[in-house]
Amino acid sequence: MDDMYRDYILDHYKNPRNFGELEGATHTYHDSNPLCGDELTMQLKIDDGHVDEIHFTGKGCAISQASASILTEEVKGKTLDEVKAIDRDHVLANLGIPISPARIKCALLGLKALKGAAWGLTAWPGEEVKAK
Amino acid sequence: MAVTVKTPSVKAAPLDVARIRKDFPILSQSVRGKPLVYLDNAATSQKPRQVIDTMARVFEEHNANIHRGVYEFSERTTAEFEEARAKVARLINAPSEREVVFVRNATEGLNLVAYAWGRDNIKRGDRIVTTVLEHHSDFVPWQQLAKDVGAEVAVVDIDDDGRLRRDQVSAELRRGAKLLAITHTSNGLGTVNPVKEIAAEARAAGATVLVDVAQAVPHTPVDVQDLGADFVAFSGHKMLAPPGSGGLWGRAEILESMRPFLYGGDMISRVTVKLTEWNELPWKFEAGTSSYVDAIGLGAAVDYLSDVGVERIHAHELSLVGYLLPRLREIPGVTVYGPKDLESRVGVVSFNIEGIHPHDVATIFDREGVCVRAGHHCNQPLMTRLGVPATTRASMYLYNTTDEMDALVRAIHAAKKVFGV
Repeated sequence: MDDMYRDYILDHYKNPRNFGELEGATHTYHDSNPLCGDELTMQLKIDDGHVDEIHFTGKGCAISQASASILTEEVKGKTLDEVKAIDRDHVLANLGIPISPARIKCALLGLKALKGAAWGLTAWPGEEVKAK
Repeated sequence: MAVTVKTPSVKAAPLDVARIRKDFPILSQSVRGKPLVYLDNAATSQKPRQVIDTMARVFEEHNANIHRGVYEFSERTTAEFEEARAKVARLINAPSEREVVFVRNATEGLNLVAYAWGRDNIKRGDRIVTTVLEHHSDFVPWQQLAKDVGAEVAVVDIDDDGRLRRDQVSAELRRGAKLLAITHTSNGLGTVNPVKEIAAEARAAGATVLVDVAQAVPHTPVDVQDLGADFVAFSGHKMLAPPGSGGLWGRAEILESMRPFLYGGDMISRVTVKLTEWNELPWKFEAGTSSYVDAIGLGAAVDYLSDVGVERIHAHELSLVGYLLPRLREIPGVTVYGPKDLESRVGVVSFNIEGIHPHDVATIFDREGVCVRAGHHCNQPLMTRLGVPATTRASMYLYNTTDEMDALVRAIHAAKKVFGV
């Protein structure tokens, strides 16, 4: 009945993949979205330029949590160069739903935390920071 | 659960809501094929034709800068601007319109006090008493002032019904307070605080009393003299007026003693290369060209509210809350925050649906044409106190109907269906 809350999104929200503390994580980053109180922590195990494991923990709206869950599935096993190629548009396309302007930040919280965890940055080097 | 719904204490003739709605052009719109149900009035109110037309008329017929020109248009605009001030003064029963300063909004009024009064009167070791119910606009200025000068902020808690802990208020005031900064009405829970008796206690303790009336003036009668306040601040846009209009009222002797807030044109009486003398009240605090058309719009809004009667508006909102609360409590998984009865409250209802984040709730409501606020409502200390990251808030005004309360309930069921909870 609703474009934004397809079963696919609700499934990732209710049964998040790669959810929980990651033991032996080499990279951890916590971020939040103060507007709605979304909280998200990304934990990565990076070895020799590969993301061997990725977990997230958090609480928040369906969009932020499902987007993070989908992202972890994609990132797991990729090289850092491949991870670096994942951008805003890619994440939004992956969600496959129309995201209203007010909810873009929710959809991108996982990516922001991933960047923070992998690079200690909230934007890839050289990437233009998009307007809010 | 037993539900106590007390009869509203305000007795007033019911509003002719159908007629009122005709004055608000925006309300006849549809959203995604459904009638617009606007329940975000604590964020901002819609504007009646009378306000829109008044402002358009100024622009079309005699727009000119105020207090400056000696030609007719400027004189007419100035007269309407000052008449708007007089209307605001009457609405809040200010002893003199000299005490009413036009500001952009409550936030600006509160910052004016924090800078122009606070920095000369709050010293190291002084105490500021405030509450966990404050909007950030009546909290952050005092927190930062205290940080700058080395003062202390005491924050009074609420009980589980969302009402101020009166014992704590008294205890904190007894410990000494230079300033009491308190909201009249909570924007997050709709609680109306017993400000009059608290203000009396605060004055007895030697405190200056500042009351945030942003959620009060639009919805309940406010009499600044009866309240016993030294300052009150409010926003026009929450009371049918345009954004950019608002008021700060302060007792004349305090305003006289204060330095200006912003420096510039219109707030001076004489400027030499070496020194400047300030204009009289209230213009001492109105530097630069005021949002004079917005202020004139505020005057028209005050006329509208006065014609309808603020007491009747209050009674109407309480009848909507009285209709809504028992229906919300019947829905499994819905938690309502704040006062459980109609005693000392306004038409603000904050709630959560178990298993659905408020932002998802509001997004699904939007599909149903229902506009509500989801988030922390600029009330982060209160959200922390309630132990939730956010709530969904429906806030009513004079044009809302019981049909719209039913639409809200239907939207809750729609959200539950989408999420399977």
